[in-house]
Amino acid sequence: MSDTERPTDDGVPGTEDDEFEPVQVFPEAAEMDLRPGADDCYKCSTCDTNCPVAEVDDEFPGPKFQGPEQWRLKRQDDHDIDDSVMKCSNCMRCDSACPSEVPLSQMHNTARGEYVEENMSTFSREYLRNRLLANYRRLAPLAATFPRTANFVMGLSATKWIGEKVLGITSEREFPEFATETFREWWTKRGGAHVESDENRIAYFHGCYANYNTPEVAKALVRVYEHFGYEVMVPEQSCSGTPMFANGTLEDARRAAETNVEALAAALEDGADIVASCSSCSMSIRQEYPELFDFEDTAAVAENTWDAVEYLRVHEDLEGELAGTSVDSAAFAYHAPCHSRNQGLDGQTIELMSAIDGVEAHDVGDSCSGISGTYGWKAEHYETSMKIGEEMFEHMESAPAETGLTECPTCSMQMEHGTGYEIKHTLEVIEAALLEGDHDADRRGRQEAR
Amino acid sequence: MRVEIGVTTEMAIEDDVLVVGGGLAGAMAALSAADANDDARVRLVTYKQSTLRQASGLIDILGYTPAGEGPLVDPFDALESLPTGHPYERVGSEAVRDALAFFDEIAGDAYAGGHTNANALVPTHGGTVKPTARYPASTAAGLASDDRDALLVGFETLPDFDAPLAAAHLEAAGVPFDARGVTVPFPGIVRDDAKVTRYAHLLDRDETVTTGAGETGAREALATTVRDHLEDESRVGFPAVLGDDDADGVRAELADTLEVDVFEVPMGPPSLPGIRLEELLYGALEDAGVRVTSGVPVVDYETGANGSDEHIDHVVVDRNGTEIPHRADQYVLATGGLVGKGVRSERDRVFEPIFDCHVPHTPDRYDWFVDDVFGDQPYARFGLAPDRELRPVDATDEPEFVNLRAAGAVLGGYDYAAEKSGAGVSIATGYVAGKRAAEVVDR
Repeated sequence: MSDTERPTDDGVPGTEDDEFEPVQVFPEAAEMDLRPGADDCYKCSTCDTNCPVAEVDDEFPGPKFQGPEQWRLKRQDDHDIDDSVMKCSNCMRCDSACPSEVPLSQMHNTARGEYVEENMSTFSREYLRNRLLANYRRLAPLAATFPRTANFVMGLSATKWIGEKVLGITSEREFPEFATETFREWWTKRGGAHVESDENRIAYFHGCYANYNTPEVAKALVRVYEHFGYEVMVPEQSCSGTPMFANGTLEDARRAAETNVEALAAALEDGADIVASCSSCSMSIRQEYPELFDFEDTAAVAENTWDAVEYLRVHEDLEGELAGTSVDSAAFAYHAPCHSRNQGLDGQTIELMSAIDGVEAHDVGDSCSGISGTYGWKAEHYETSMKIGEEMFEHMESAPAETGLTECPTCSMQMEHGTGYEIKHTLEVIEAALLEGDHDADRRGRQEAR
Repeated sequence: MRVEIGVTTEMAIEDDVLVVGGGLAGAMAALSAADANDDARVRLVTYKQSTLRQASGLIDILGYTPAGEGPLVDPFDALESLPTGHPYERVGSEAVRDALAFFDEIAGDAYAGGHTNANALVPTHGGTVKPTARYPASTAAGLASDDRDALLVGFETLPDFDAPLAAAHLEAAGVPFDARGVTVPFPGIVRDDAKVTRYAHLLDRDETVTTGAGETGAREALATTVRDHLEDESRVGFPAVLGDDDADGVRAELADTLEVDVFEVPMGPPSLPGIRLEELLYGALEDAGVRVTSGVPVVDYETGANGSDEHIDHVVVDRNGTEIPHRADQYVLATGGLVGKGVRSERDRVFEPIFDCHVPHTPDRYDWFVDDVFGDQPYARFGLAPDRELRPVDATDEPEFVNLRAAGAVLGGYDYAAEKSGAGVSIATGYVAGKRAAEVVDR
């Protein structure tokens, strides 16, 4: 075989080239190496057909460009990250679209972080606004201290006008209301856990929204888990990092993640598994932490984190327990959040709801709600966000239900914004089914008999 | 109240039939299982989104024989003389017919071609004609056997379809009509790399676009653009981007406005006709009560607790690092071939990654291929060898597991690209594997 005939990617067995091992051409990566991911892309563009942004905005070059193609382009030193990366909403739908296991959202998160660090002025309005939105948790405690004042001020048209003109936060949306009592305040006042168990213990990652804005969801989680005999721990925690990834402020995300990994690893030591009620929080801990950070215990924390409903399905016979329960006739238009979809959980809620008498949950389809966390709050993305959401709004309106159901806080904001419906969390329905009426007493009787 | 509670056990997610893989074969297997046994609870687990997004949407049975003869007029004639081990030979020609009839029932008006056993000839975006048994209704007016002259319309911003070239290629192939191609701007799109879903969305929603003629709906604007180029052709073909949710409505409106028949030319990936087929099948799965879990891979399995290593007790689904057991009585493996990664290769072996089922192949990797790229490639036939019940067999021809069947491109013994048999094998083997699994479910 002449040199010209020799396959370029392979040696020829039994010849003088025995030592040539092409797989060793690239040195072992010391840091995060995205090359294998870029090389796995065979350009089928399936990811592009899943991108909700590219479907409504032809200015956005899509996930295939943002991921593997941009990665290659920037191998050249003089090539900056394209600013279109900020149009990506971080819905992560491209991840589960890829038939070739390209880690698209990891590439996007990395590129976005690099863009913000190197190409976005830290004095720009966009940077300040993005950090403000991404660090909502830092403002929330203040608002939670004076919730009524905060709700009043945030609702003022002058506040919204300033938000839009000065910060680029859309005035079209109503800011979410702060609860008059946060979940953690309630937890403390309640005296913490009402069930103790060495065997069955969970550490609850409530995230920001269930603490400051919808404590009823967090309370439902506590009651449902205690119903099943679990001891609930509520460890110290920071923001999951989801809004920070989406805004490319990776240093903020790193700090938050470090706090969380440390606290959650300690909970694992105490024999707890970790559960989250917000689909983006569980997504972040399970997938984005190990993809982007390498603190000690990152992997252990990721592997032992669960969606709160999924955990009960696997560790308890949740479906069997729900069978035969009933709630006064309730119909829901259910939207599966993209971040649930990416965890393989998109069918779960409909399956469980069908077990409860009186509940009718209608899946409103697989479209993205369009808000994607802080994305739809930005004045420049508001229109895109609403265009993406149009399909969901229409399906919600045509479904025979006047109440929405989902597991993601910002999806629920979008659902409410687009339809005016009240939006519930799945755990609230499960709580109602399991704990209201006589059923609760039955269960308690059985527990005590064990 | 403080309560102490004892140990609880981890429970598997329980179903009767578990289908692994969400492409055409997996979807057909799940539908067929649900159809065959009303009492069986069927679940489909798919790692990634359905690869139907890469499919043309055409349903071919057999375009050429394994020896390369064709295009075949009647694919069913050729089924009787296929070599032993070919998936069609395994299930038998009667099952292929039943499977196609089952598909027809599910597809309804969305597909055409069921009126005859003969293959239809559908023009593709390269200007070739493809022999196929069933085709989306959107391509029906474009058949190459139709002798009406055709205008093909391409878009400046969509380089995947060069209409003048495709038209010239069709004429060179000897079609019985005059084909002419023009390239026009697509109203409302200026970027070269706009996604096919963007074109479809503009037309689906009939979004307002601005052209030289002012502001109109996208459908009207497109018709206006094309009208100037129309001569005496009575049919007009577009690349397959004419809507997604309302494709029929888009096509009908263009046809009404232009007063011609309108058809789509199937494109390479990503493909709207493939996406529409995916939506059709997943809608049918929902209607049939099949539970679908997507976005997570099956990574491992455990055999029976009673000591039998031939009976799969449960499989393990990896959910972002967390291992979730899924138990069923019967399993169907429909994870695709080398491209779909249901069959994988390393430098010294070819293997099936979940159950490690036997994949017949020669040990020397230089025998896996021949130099002629379009030649008779051995690797194209790599895959599992099944018995007549579609249970993958080991090197001694014994079933690997009593309760595992395989369907679609994970099977070996055929070269779907050369034969044009990919969709047909997936439908036939998916149908048989699903049906058989549901029939033997032990409740």
